[in-house]
Amino acid sequence: MNIIVCLKQVPDSTQVKVDPKTGTLIRAGVPSILNPYDHFALEKALAIKAKTGAKITCLSMGPAQAVAVLRLALALGADEGILLSDRAFAGADTWATSYTLAGAIKKIGAYDLILCGQMAIDGDTAQTGPEMANQLRIPQITFCEQVDTNGAQVIVKKLIEGGHQILEADMPILLTMTMPADYAPKYPSFMAAHKAQEKPIHTWTAADIAADPHKIGLEGSPTRVSRIFPPAARAKGEVISGSAAELANKFIEILKKESIVK
Amino acid sequence: MIQISQNCIGCGKCVAACPFGALSLVNRKAVASNACTMCGACVSGCPVKALSLPATSTAKKDLSAYKGVWVFVEIGYDGHARFVRPVGFELLSKGRELADQLGEELCAVIIGSNTQPYYNEISQCGADKIYAVNAPVYHNYNTLAYANAMLTLIRKYNPSVVLFPSTYVGRDLSPRLASELFVGLTADCTDLSIQDGNLIQTRPAFGGNIMADIKCPDYRPQMATVRPNVFKKKPVAGKTAQVINETIAVPVEAGKVRIKETHFDPVSTQEKLDESPVVIAGGRGMKDAQGFAQLADLAKHLGGAVGASRAAIDMGLAPKEKQIGQSGVTISPKLYVACGISGAVQHTVGIERSEVIIAINKDANAPIFNVCKYGLVGDAKQILQKILEQFPQ
Repeated sequence: MNIIVCLKQVPDSTQVKVDPKTGTLIRAGVPSILNPYDHFALEKALAIKAKTGAKITCLSMGPAQAVAVLRLALALGADEGILLSDRAFAGADTWATSYTLAGAIKKIGAYDLILCGQMAIDGDTAQTGPEMANQLRIPQITFCEQVDTNGAQVIVKKLIEGGHQILEADMPILLTMTMPADYAPKYPSFMAAHKAQEKPIHTWTAADIAADPHKIGLEGSPTRVSRIFPPAARAKGEVISGSAAELANKFIEILKKESIVK
Repeated sequence: MIQISQNCIGCGKCVAACPFGALSLVNRKAVASNACTMCGACVSGCPVKALSLPATSTAKKDLSAYKGVWVFVEIGYDGHARFVRPVGFELLSKGRELADQLGEELCAVIIGSNTQPYYNEISQCGADKIYAVNAPVYHNYNTLAYANAMLTLIRKYNPSVVLFPSTYVGRDLSPRLASELFVGLTADCTDLSIQDGNLIQTRPAFGGNIMADIKCPDYRPQMATVRPNVFKKKPVAGKTAQVINETIAVPVEAGKVRIKETHFDPVSTQEKLDESPVVIAGGRGMKDAQGFAQLADLAKHLGGAVGASRAAIDMGLAPKEKQIGQSGVTISPKLYVACGISGAVQHTVGIERSEVIIAINKDANAPIFNVCKYGLVGDAKQILQKILEQFPQ
């Protein structure tokens, strides 16, 4: 069985601070991490590998430094890494990104299961997974919390409005994974990281995947940013300082004034 | 990389506008580094039009054949009854405005097994036409079946705009269509408008620090998803939509995915954040589970629901469905209390429809104080403890 896991390197949002003057996010010095949803998807792939002996190939598109997420994946137990890196990929929206990733997957060839995070925490679109499934002409199940397989079919638990469903599906299929609230990503030991240095990582360019130049990067992206602007400000209210006890009293006063409590 | 012409006057506006820190001034000229993602955020702010994205050679399609604003109206099920998800009516009301500006029709698309009972209410939200794919095989949502039906309709009638609810179904279906049609799709828009015949899709961008208008001038249809509660349902009197029934066969591949079981959470545990009159939310400043227990106590005393900021979700303090903001739930309660939340744009776009906002934060400069009616500067956990002492145990 062959599993492909798609990974994205993102800024660690828990360490991003807001500039008090401009209200914008301060990105300088923020470390990059493996997108947590992708990390969860990778752990699910590793669990299937432990059960079935599947081969796991990890795929990422990004600048040269994105190789770090592939190294992490190999140290955690994945077998092979592929980095899609080319200046021609820059400016890609989800359409061009999914075309590019799907192109690499077609080159990899044999696969039964593709696992992705439901979305990247720096973009929040949740579009690239389903768009990739369409490019590959395979079905998809999105927002999955659990996945298990008997080698021919997958059984997944997927979220729906107000509940969840158990679905059965034939492979090949693409799944996008959501993660439980208390999910804490696992990290490899030093020894595992050291041993993984021997595992192969390939770098592929647009030419390697025979990409249509009209379908990658900015050129392959239908969306355009036409304007950037700060959000509309509301009238600034009353801002009060004081001791915790004074402010607690003020809070109760406000609730009475606004008729929330009597 | 972004292109910078000799016209550059070195004013530095683009340096400040770049969300990725990729621009700098060297010898009084703007220079882009490898960090440039060609997002285009700097282009519109340049006073001398010195910045441009590389020209793309996409063959211009004739877009004049694409007409009409469409809304995908989703039928929901809660374990007891089927109903149209209210976000469908909200999108129809917004779609009516857009269609009027374009001078085009507003059409609802409904797919299901018994769609007639909903036509009246869809008409009352301003639809001129209803395209109905009504057959027992469409009783439950199936990605490939619904995608095939939507593609068949879109290719037959060529709409200019197609709007989807940002629900589990809408977010599963719309990217599949965008990929196949080679068109753009903008997720979780907080506003929609028309400019020069193009749909302007507004959403926080680049990690949620700033708003961006996004358009797809060379591609049709233009597609977007919108979260529930972002737009208001506005019924119009005396309208009867023309119903057009379409018979579309389900492709064989749809059978590759099969529903085995469907479970609904007990209603008591589905605290309805978007319907609660009082919402108490916490951010990074609540620090730990004990801080969130304080929020739950206050919510219980005030008859409200507990929510969380993106940062608190990422720290594992609350489950994802409690997230308030652009990529979470949009709320419009009578009272919103933000505890230890700094107030990034990602969050504030989801709370701006609240009647009264009280913010508690120890940083007097936190942006949340720019959007609240009342701001309390202090440690949220300590203040909450003192507040809770004033309620009977």
